Amino acid sequence: MWKTVLRRFLVMIPQLFILSIIVFALGKMMPGDPFTGLITPNIDPSAIERLREEAGLNDPIPVQYKNWMVRIFRDGDFGKSYTYKMPVTSLIGERAANTLWLSLLTLIIMYLIAVPMGIYAGRYQNSRFDKAVIVYNFISFAVPLFVFALIVLLIFGYRLGWCPTTGSVELGIEKGTLAYALSKLHYMIAPAITAAVLRTTYTVQYLRNEVIDAKNQDYVKTARSKGVPVNKIYSHHIFRNSLLPIAAFFGFQITGLLSGSVFIETIFGYSGMGELFISSICSRDYSVINALVLLFGFLTLVGSLLSDIIMSAVDPRIRIE
Amino acid sequence: MESEKLLEIKNLHTAFKLQNEYFDAVDGVDLTLYKNEVLAIVGESGCGKSTIANSIVGLHNKNYTKVSGEIIYNDENLVEYSEKQLNEIRGKEIGFIFQDPLASLNPLQKIGIQIEESLIYHTDFDKEQRHERMLQLLDQVGIINPKRTANQFPHQLSGGMRQRVLIAIALSCKPEIIIADEPTTALDVTIQAQILDLLTELQNEINAGIILITHDLGVVAQTSNRVAVMYAGQIVECADTIELFKNPLHPYTRSLLQSVPQADSQEELHVIQGMVPSLKYLERQGCRFAPRIPWISESEHEKNPVLHEVSKDHFVRCTCWKNFHFKDDGGSKI
Repeated sequence: MWKTVLRRFLVMIPQLFILSIIVFALGKMMPGDPFTGLITPNIDPSAIERLREEAGLNDPIPVQYKNWMVRIFRDGDFGKSYTYKMPVTSLIGERAANTLWLSLLTLIIMYLIAVPMGIYAGRYQNSRFDKAVIVYNFISFAVPLFVFALIVLLIFGYRLGWCPTTGSVELGIEKGTLAYALSKLHYMIAPAITAAVLRTTYTVQYLRNEVIDAKNQDYVKTARSKGVPVNKIYSHHIFRNSLLPIAAFFGFQITGLLSGSVFIETIFGYSGMGELFISSICSRDYSVINALVLLFGFLTLVGSLLSDIIMSAVDPRIRIE
Repeated sequence: MESEKLLEIKNLHTAFKLQNEYFDAVDGVDLTLYKNEVLAIVGESGCGKSTIANSIVGLHNKNYTKVSGEIIYNDENLVEYSEKQLNEIRGKEIGFIFQDPLASLNPLQKIGIQIEESLIYHTDFDKEQRHERMLQLLDQVGIINPKRTANQFPHQLSGGMRQRVLIAIALSCKPEIIIADEPTTALDVTIQAQILDLLTELQNEINAGIILITHDLGVVAQTSNRVAVMYAGQIVECADTIELFKNPLHPYTRSLLQSVPQADSQEELHVIQGMVPSLKYLERQGCRFAPRIPWISESEHEKNPVLHEVSKDHFVRCTCWKNFHFKDDGGSKI
């Protein structure tokens, strides 16, 4: 098993390498560069030109790529943000933590909502609860994130004032204290619930179908013929068998959360990677864009690896020897 | 039969819901299982044999099924039992062996756990005793290396081994009755023979009554003491196995036996005309087998066929057997 994990990590290296080329090329294909925004009628064009020359933007693109790669491997340096004038690693580091916490909370809330919903809907198929779940599923699938997020902001942020409407932590609280952590949580809750509620669709639907499928399986009949009480049949036999597609979807969920964070963080003004991503694209902040996409790519690959590991832990038939 | 009655089924009706209407799949079956015997129920697919089996311990989905009549076990009517009461009987008093051994085992659980499961609910064994009993059971059903098998998953076993595991599950609490629902259908012929031998051997050991459901007359001849032949939800003939094979009376039984390939015969295989009527369109008046032997005149059948005891312990439904002949057989009487 560990051998397989190691092998998967090794396979990631060429994948990330190819990704880095594509990302770099795409960045360069965008019109303009970080200094385009500085151009005003009052500025000397030769000054801009000097800045470009200093930043190495006038070199041939392959050379720029080579320089970037060399710096990463030699110094672990992803470059400096052109906009924020600080190293990319420390810029991202802080926001990456924000996004990861937000994603984790979203994931937890999502499963807390979706798993019981899917299981009960499947167990009591065609009941009123089941029908309500189906309606909920249609709505959560159809409503766009930005619409729903704005409604949540309007109602809970502005009208009721239960949650902050922007930011990721209260200003002026000392780092590392309990109050700081609580404040962070307070700022996270609204975006996390918003994202979680809209992400439940797949999990609920798959789980419901799997439970309905599983309860008609022969092994459930065997369990019943052994005299196992219904509740135990659900907890021992049906539940685990129904989890397989959920485990398979886990990696996909992580990817979805990261790409979803772009919207959710922008709308809630939550300073995470998603928000940084959008703003860095707008200002052509190459070094930040490249580092972020590489990080997203890496997390996505890790997510799919995780879901493979979970799958094999749940299902002995696909267990990796 | 002088021995003790284990299970008595009286006038059992099991109806399934089809488009909001209930149709009897088992239509007034009377059947008695005695201690120490193997009672075979034979019939085509869809004739209601498995339905009887599932009705005995209430394994049907209650939303779509209605069971009425009496199933007497230990002087109590199982039809009226609640799910909780039935759970006391299932696995403990009545063990089940199913048809498809791969599908009937939970793919995600180790064999050992699946065998121990019924011990959890029906015995007060502690963990070690359960483990001990589980290994003993695996040994009893002829698994060569019980310790190894107990730690394996169903997909790692062969078909025959899986069926042995299912038998071990059924045996785990030393039940009085074992219901084997087509236990050999999914197995190839050599394994079939092994499993049947095992069943008979175990039956002699634990003195349980076995209800063997099958459509394979070879299996019947090999293992059972008594046979009930079913057609379209009713028992059409019931007799001792030897008597039935020597002296089959009902046209359906005779046609079935005629359809079994014989190794030394060059004749073309007999085919029973027509099809089993579907539940919904089944003619519930008159002899249900009549449409499949149209050359027999209507007057030979009873209006409302009942089981007649033609000789001791040999029951036949309807009167059409008296003058039955095969179609190309010119009308000779039996």
